[in-house]
Amino acid sequence: MKGFWHDAVEFFPILMNGVALTIVVTIGSLLLSTVLGLIWAMMRVSGIKALSMLSASLINVIRGIPIIVLLFYLYFVMPDLGVTLSALQAAILGLGIAYSAYQAENFRAGIEAIDKGQIEAAQSIGMGWWLTMRRVVLPQAVRIVLPPYGNVMIMMLKDSSQASTITVAELALQGKLIASSTFKNTSVFTLVALMYLTMSIPLILLVRHFEKRAGKK
Amino acid sequence: MIELTDVHKSFGQNEVLKGISASVQKGEVVCIIGPSGSGKSTILRCINGLESYDRGEISVEGLKVDRDAPSIVNIRTQVSMVFQRFNLFPHRTVLENVVEGPLFVKKEPRAQVLERGRALLAQVGLAEKADAHPPQLSGGQQQRVAIARALAMQPKAILFDEPTSALDPELVGDVLGVMRKLADDGMTMVVVTHEMGFARDVADRVLFIDGGVIVEQGPAKALLNQPQHPRTQDFLRRVLHPL
Repeated sequence: MKGFWHDAVEFFPILMNGVALTIVVTIGSLLLSTVLGLIWAMMRVSGIKALSMLSASLINVIRGIPIIVLLFYLYFVMPDLGVTLSALQAAILGLGIAYSAYQAENFRAGIEAIDKGQIEAAQSIGMGWWLTMRRVVLPQAVRIVLPPYGNVMIMMLKDSSQASTITVAELALQGKLIASSTFKNTSVFTLVALMYLTMSIPLILLVRHFEKRAGKK
Repeated sequence: MIELTDVHKSFGQNEVLKGISASVQKGEVVCIIGPSGSGKSTILRCINGLESYDRGEISVEGLKVDRDAPSIVNIRTQVSMVFQRFNLFPHRTVLENVVEGPLFVKKEPRAQVLERGRALLAQVGLAEKADAHPPQLSGGQQQRVAIARALAMQPKAILFDEPTSALDPELVGDVLGVMRKLADDGMTMVVVTHEMGFARDVADRVLFIDGGVIVEQGPAKALLNQPQHPRTQDFLRRVLHPL
């Protein structure tokens, strides 16, 4: 145990560099997946058949490809097509696109859970599709969507470790590099696990808060 | 003001409206009565463009109702609707519900709209509830807010779709009182209702609908006191003397 604390003090600053990148990848891909997910969901519920089908197909394609393959494609294949991305850009883009499919289904479920009477009331006072969405449907759907959205945040935090496969030196890769050079596997990976857990706990509490609030409504 | 000419409407194989022709004049109060499933609510929903219709024509002040045409927004701002289940926006306060349409659809000046919204809430007896949220109100209060929301659009007519059907009996009177006042003030109203007393006392005309057709229509008192058609007689007997 004494050895662990000694290792912890020694490796903590290096691992914190990894934590910083983990947070950047998570927040970047979360924002991207939210925007893309919202766009796919709006296309799905637009009532325009072509848009709805395009969105459904996109979601299925994205869901059918493993995140790691998507990352490899963006990082290793895109340069062959003339688009070179940094490892960090590819990680944010890959995770953002991969999770946009789950976000879209989550948002769509939230939108479709809103009572039809709300939409009719909005229409009856002359609101068009977009105004109905903006003023009536989305503000109510947010409350339904927040608990699963929180879960997606936790999953994305953990899945950001997949960025290590394309050389992003986030927490998991920093841990692997330290472990392979010091052979202190137990200390290093216990520290890495504890650091992921420390970042996840506030998110878990946030989800619980969202669920409680949604339950009250 | 509102004209329906040979309107047909089907849901799948089920033809709900089988050639409805009727008109509503400015300032007139028309009640539509009839058994459940007879197509009463569908008529209102077609007038407001919430449902499309298959054949015939509906027009409001000469403007054809086509739910897919841009003009539908114009029609909806002129003809408001009050729903059976109120359909207030639960995430907004009572006052915000009332001013939502004028502010965001008609884009009227905020101060003016808020002043009108408060005045309308006072008119329906709910001035002190302006900052409450709909779930904090009783059904009757919610329906009165819904009427204020409809009035805030300064419509030329209001369609009421069974406005008291979802209310506790003791709360019905307050809502009918507000509607009666509107009728006295000259508002054009089309009311789908089971409240025969209201229809008799307030309506100018009553349409009795069954099986998607107008079976009988005429001045309210005459139709309700001395119905001519056997089907109307049977319906009224069952409604007025259920035992």
